[in-house]
Amino acid sequence: MSEHSENLNPGPLHAGTSLPNVAPGGLINIQTVTAKSIQAAMEKAKGPNYWRSLDELAATEGFQEVLHREFPRQASEWVDDEGRRNFLKLMGASLALAGLTGCTRQPTEYVLPYVNTPENLIPGKPMFYATAFPVQGVANPVLVEAHDFRPTKVEGNPEHPASLGSADVPTQASILGLYDPDRCQTVSYITEPRTYGSFLTVFKGILEKQAVKGGAGIRILTETVTSPTLYSQLQAVLKQYPGAKWYQWDPTGHGRRTGGFQAFGQYVNTVYKFDQAEIILSVDSNFLGNGPGGVRYAKDFAAKRKLHNGKMEMSRFYAVETTPTSTNAKADHRLAVKPSQVAPFVRALAAAVSGGSASGDFASNKFFTVLVKDLLAAKGKSVVIAGEDQSPEVHALVHYVNQALGNLGKSVIITESLEQKPTDQMADLKSLVQELNAGQVDLLMILGGNPVYNAPADWNLRGAVQLAKMRVRLGLYEDETSEVCQWVIPETHPYEAWTDVPAFDGTMTIAQPLIAPLYGGKSAHDLLTAFQEQAQKPAYDVIKANWQAKKGGADFETWWNHVVHDGFIKDSALPAKNPTAKLVPAAASAASSGIEVVFHSDPYILDGRYSNNGWLQELPRPISRLMWDNAVVMSEKTAKELGVKDEDKVEVSVNGQTVTGAAWRLAGHPDGVISLALGYGREKAGRAGNGAGINAYRLRMSSAPYFATGAGVKKVGGVFKLAAAQHHFQMEGRNPVHVGSLEEYKKNPKFSDEQGELPGKGMTVLPDTWHYEGYAWGMAIDLNSCTGCNACVVACQSENNIAVVGKEQAINGREMHWIRIDRYYKGEADNPETYFEPVGCVHCENAPCEVVCPVAATEHDQEGLNNMVYNRCVGTRYCSNNCPYKVRRFNFLLYTDWETESLKLQRNPDVSVRSRGVMEKCTYCVQRINYAKITAEKQERRVQDGEIVTACQATCPSDAIAFGDLNDPKSKVSQWKREKLSFGLLAELNTRPRTTHLAEVRNHHPELGGVKES
Amino acid sequence: MEQPVELASEIKIGPVIDPGLSLAAVSDKISSIVLKRKTTLGWMVGVFIGFILLQGLLTGLTWLLMKGVGVWGLNIPVGWGFAIINFVWWIGIGHAGTLISAILLLLNQSWRNAINRFAEAMTIFAVMCAGIFPIFHTGRPWLAYWLFPYPNTMSMWPQFRSPLLWDVFAVSTYFTISAVFWFIGLVPDFATLRDSAKHRWQAVIYGFLSLGWRGSARHWQRYEKASLLLAGLATPLVVSVHTVVSFDFAVSIVPGWHTTIFPPYFVAGAIYSGFAMVLTLMIPVRSIYSLEGVITMRHINNMAKVTLATGLIVGYGYTMEAFFGWYSANKYEQFMIWNRMTGPYAPFYWALIFCNIITPQFLWSKKIRTNLMAIWIISLIVNVGMWLERFVIVVTSLHRDFLPSSWSMYWPTIWDWAMYIGTIGLFTVLIFLFIRALPMITIFELRMLLPGAKVKEPVAQ
Repeated sequence: MSEHSENLNPGPLHAGTSLPNVAPGGLINIQTVTAKSIQAAMEKAKGPNYWRSLDELAATEGFQEVLHREFPRQASEWVDDEGRRNFLKLMGASLALAGLTGCTRQPTEYVLPYVNTPENLIPGKPMFYATAFPVQGVANPVLVEAHDFRPTKVEGNPEHPASLGSADVPTQASILGLYDPDRCQTVSYITEPRTYGSFLTVFKGILEKQAVKGGAGIRILTETVTSPTLYSQLQAVLKQYPGAKWYQWDPTGHGRRTGGFQAFGQYVNTVYKFDQAEIILSVDSNFLGNGPGGVRYAKDFAAKRKLHNGKMEMSRFYAVETTPTSTNAKADHRLAVKPSQVAPFVRALAAAVSGGSASGDFASNKFFTVLVKDLLAAKGKSVVIAGEDQSPEVHALVHYVNQALGNLGKSVIITESLEQKPTDQMADLKSLVQELNAGQVDLLMILGGNPVYNAPADWNLRGAVQLAKMRVRLGLYEDETSEVCQWVIPETHPYEAWTDVPAFDGTMTIAQPLIAPLYGGKSAHDLLTAFQEQAQKPAYDVIKANWQAKKGGADFETWWNHVVHDGFIKDSALPAKNPTAKLVPAAASAASSGIEVVFHSDPYILDGRYSNNGWLQELPRPISRLMWDNAVVMSEKTAKELGVKDEDKVEVSVNGQTVTGAAWRLAGHPDGVISLALGYGREKAGRAGNGAGINAYRLRMSSAPYFATGAGVKKVGGVFKLAAAQHHFQMEGRNPVHVGSLEEYKKNPKFSDEQGELPGKGMTVLPDTWHYEGYAWGMAIDLNSCTGCNACVVACQSENNIAVVGKEQAINGREMHWIRIDRYYKGEADNPETYFEPVGCVHCENAPCEVVCPVAATEHDQEGLNNMVYNRCVGTRYCSNNCPYKVRRFNFLLYTDWETESLKLQRNPDVSVRSRGVMEKCTYCVQRINYAKITAEKQERRVQDGEIVTACQATCPSDAIAFGDLNDPKSKVSQWKREKLSFGLLAELNTRPRTTHLAEVRNHHPELGGVKES
Repeated sequence: MEQPVELASEIKIGPVIDPGLSLAAVSDKISSIVLKRKTTLGWMVGVFIGFILLQGLLTGLTWLLMKGVGVWGLNIPVGWGFAIINFVWWIGIGHAGTLISAILLLLNQSWRNAINRFAEAMTIFAVMCAGIFPIFHTGRPWLAYWLFPYPNTMSMWPQFRSPLLWDVFAVSTYFTISAVFWFIGLVPDFATLRDSAKHRWQAVIYGFLSLGWRGSARHWQRYEKASLLLAGLATPLVVSVHTVVSFDFAVSIVPGWHTTIFPPYFVAGAIYSGFAMVLTLMIPVRSIYSLEGVITMRHINNMAKVTLATGLIVGYGYTMEAFFGWYSANKYEQFMIWNRMTGPYAPFYWALIFCNIITPQFLWSKKIRTNLMAIWIISLIVNVGMWLERFVIVVTSLHRDFLPSSWSMYWPTIWDWAMYIGTIGLFTVLIFLFIRALPMITIFELRMLLPGAKVKEPVAQ
């Protein structure tokens, strides 16, 4: 097969690519490849085991299309000379390809219905499989919904303690990652497509040479390894090649890992019990966001703060932070500090809570003194948690504070590390760079991750990696790291492969594949079997054998089947340990001067690993409400000092490096600080991630990976347009969010009613037309529980086939999300209170949209739903104009991607895919309602409460959404609606919304009080 | 010579027709524009400019059909933009024609005779321009016919509570009545043209269009009856069409739209802009085609007065809008009016106040009313002002409504402008073709104005 590809002469195929340029030092510069998909398609067609599933059959059609569409697609490039030349080249190539397909023996195709229906398959009825979506080595346990074995939607695993049925944003969006058309699709050697078999042959040759010197030239670089099976495989390799070395690298999480080690003298994992916590202090932590355990923490946190059924107590939440996050927006009291002030703050706190007296700037700070008082009053019942992006010193100090407060073993549990071989990854990567620079590396294997993109800038990993003689890369994308490797092997998506990975508390989670690898990818397990002499073992066998060795016993098969079925091993959480934390000395830090720059993970694309996910890119960031880009985020005052406005281009210079990005002002941001989200400015991410935002890694040095000081920031002229989902943040005295303090609530439980007004009875001449005999669907949203994480928005997008519109359209205010999380401020711009409010279609009883539609495309039904009939809609947009909630979304252009084959697989077959020119909006997941109704009708009963769970409700980590039958007084939603905090958004308009909200209550300390309306 | 009309105090302004003209001279003066005059270079240039602008419309429509309404600057919350603004603007312009031809006929205002043909033509062309917008502003224009109640296999009626549906009826009726009225009025003049045609083909075409008119007493008797009936039918339309158009806004709940003052204020605004447009067109045409004798200063003066009167009503409307914004004690209404005056679109609001309230005040002065250049400039300003009025109503109301989280801005794109300027091109081309091919002034009615025609009895019944 490989001769064919060589005959093809790939050189001219690659637009703008020269053949690998071999420099005297053996250094190979590999440049961009653009016409790779053609080759990828060709490669796929040749695989001997091609016809493994129906899904791949679909991919074949896609391949045929590639051939047939070659002409028209490329013809569009006629205008420029360069394009025309490429077109001619490609036309030549497609003729060659057409010849190739002719030479290859086609597999025999039998188109037959199932003779033996696969077990449990009921056509049209989805099936759910338990698996896991690991993020940075921590499992997000999920159930994946599959329609005819085609994964379409992710839900949390309700049995698993880390999920309890909910899922966070990256997990919800993971299904799009599976079908990402930009995934690495073929094995290649210096951009030429090859087969995995040819790789193995070459690899064997290299190993033979290495065997002589005990593998001294072998280096393996992985992400943080938590999988016991992968670890045992690595161990086996290291045993076989004693000279080989294995390093781990993840750009974030370093402070947590090392800080734990500094405090306890051993690597640990920390589990927080927010359900036990009366007082919570977040030290720049986004624990309700998308970090390890975020879903479970949000559940526990929200449970403690729900004021239902007459409950009058809730936890009090303090936050000290630099960059405002959705988590800390929920804080009752918040202190904005410079990054350099975080460690001194915690040090002062450590002194104050351990009997000493605090010194320094904070000792006289009222926030600080009240906080200390509160923490000391709740010994053993508080949680102090440090942020993922904080330094080891802060983490170590926080451990010490928790110990001083008697929280360890109670509300804060210390266990053994989740990692198989915890290590100082900074040191790991540094050793690797040194060895590379010394020319000691013959074979470098980079499994996953993207170190070339996210390593500290001062180590120049890009250059160093190219000093290794042979570079093998296993990657999900052809990214910045793949670009500098010779052998590139497509990695499996987590839903295509077996693995075992612990959840945040150590609960061992087994991930099973949902679909055969779409592009013939290999997992790290597969690749490591290449080291073995004997024939390749499937990863499944390796993992199962590993567990058999661990578990053993005669009933192993039964046990194993249970584990795979449930998705995890019950009661396998790591046991608590009782180490003693010591007070670490202050780390040497340069005196803070000038503007400080803080680096933090993006809330959705994290360290950049999901930057090609359109759902995540288009999801408004909870606080900045920005989509598609990161920005140079600063406070109002700093912006004024620098003389910049939103979207002005500014240059940030620090550590001798410079990046240019758009300024964005954020209320509550500390002055004199610039916040930069990591994960942007990708060059090789794919169509969604390329060129989005600025690359903060370029400023991030090994000496200062958390924040940098002494930055120069200046306006450079010009404007860079940013897409913001919300432009106005004040409530304008309209009280869209009803909010009060706990004290106020205790005094007057009906305070919420006074913040809005209802039209009096008899004020309207409209007759009460609607009476509901059967069901009357309704929803209630508890603002006190909502953490603004946006998981509901992605869940809705995934469930309802909602299109991604792209940055240009988003700038124009045309994003399609059916539910959005509005964010409002109260108080002064330097430290306001922030509120979140999810708003979808509220299904008004007196719906303003219904009366104005000239063609009756939006109509009330007998169960109270405001239905949108896409087929009838002619697109006058009158309904949207008349909707006071502005929740209707219009397909101004053809937003749905009808072309990309792989994306078609993701769509929910129960929901219409909308085309251009029609209005759409929240349906209360009418497909789920009807599914439950049909099931109930077949069983001749009514739909039970809790039987219908809307997509947003299902995934909500904080259980902030209730849905059900309003005719049933015992239903959860009816109960919520009877709560005294319940209010209808814009109820004064007499729209009578069916989705109501529960007012937000903040537990202010009496000495600090709440903010005043500015 | 005697003055044929009564108002002696207006003598300085002149009579409605040059008393020196004879019956034959009138016929010849008007029909010669169509039949005898060579196609002038000026006409060619005018049509050419209109035709170039018209390409904007065609290109804009093509692109729109290829891509969707997203090529315009619309978004959520501003779901209506230029299309609706232009629709209301054009429909409003059309109103002068109907008012002149129908209401002034019923009121026996003989001065209308010299201008009604032209004004009616303007009405029809303006409604044609207007009609393009509501059809193509829909997301799926190929299904816009679903707004008509027709028997169909879907067993679906349109939704009769929607003002957009009423619009469909109002505008289509309006166009039909206007076109029929216009054509009926043309019949005697077609016969005149037929009779004086120089070429066979002209005679055939005009003859065909004249429906066999011979000018018999019976013809005239039926003609007068038909005219009166059509005038009777068209009269309520002057009021109803723009009332229904205003319902598009008034029936909604959007602050700035939901107001009871809209129907009368829209009708006044329509007549205001219509008369301004007649002035804009008539003043140059009159001097180019040397029609000073038939379109006298008296016409100009009268039209200026109507403009002033309706302008005052419009000004009253703005004042009341602001007053009730405050007086309602409704936070949304108060904010709406405050936002108009001080928000991001405030320059548009104040420009509108300047164009529509300040500028027409100059028309109190007789000196200005008799200064053609001044009136022409004022009429242009009023046209701009009325467009701005619709912009302010549509955009500033929508862009900041109830929930501050959805507030946004609307800016037109090049395709918005292409469509708007394109309809101006269409209008220009149609007006030029009309001037060249049809008698732009009602010949027979003018003849009746002449002293010689007044032998037996006054013109009207």
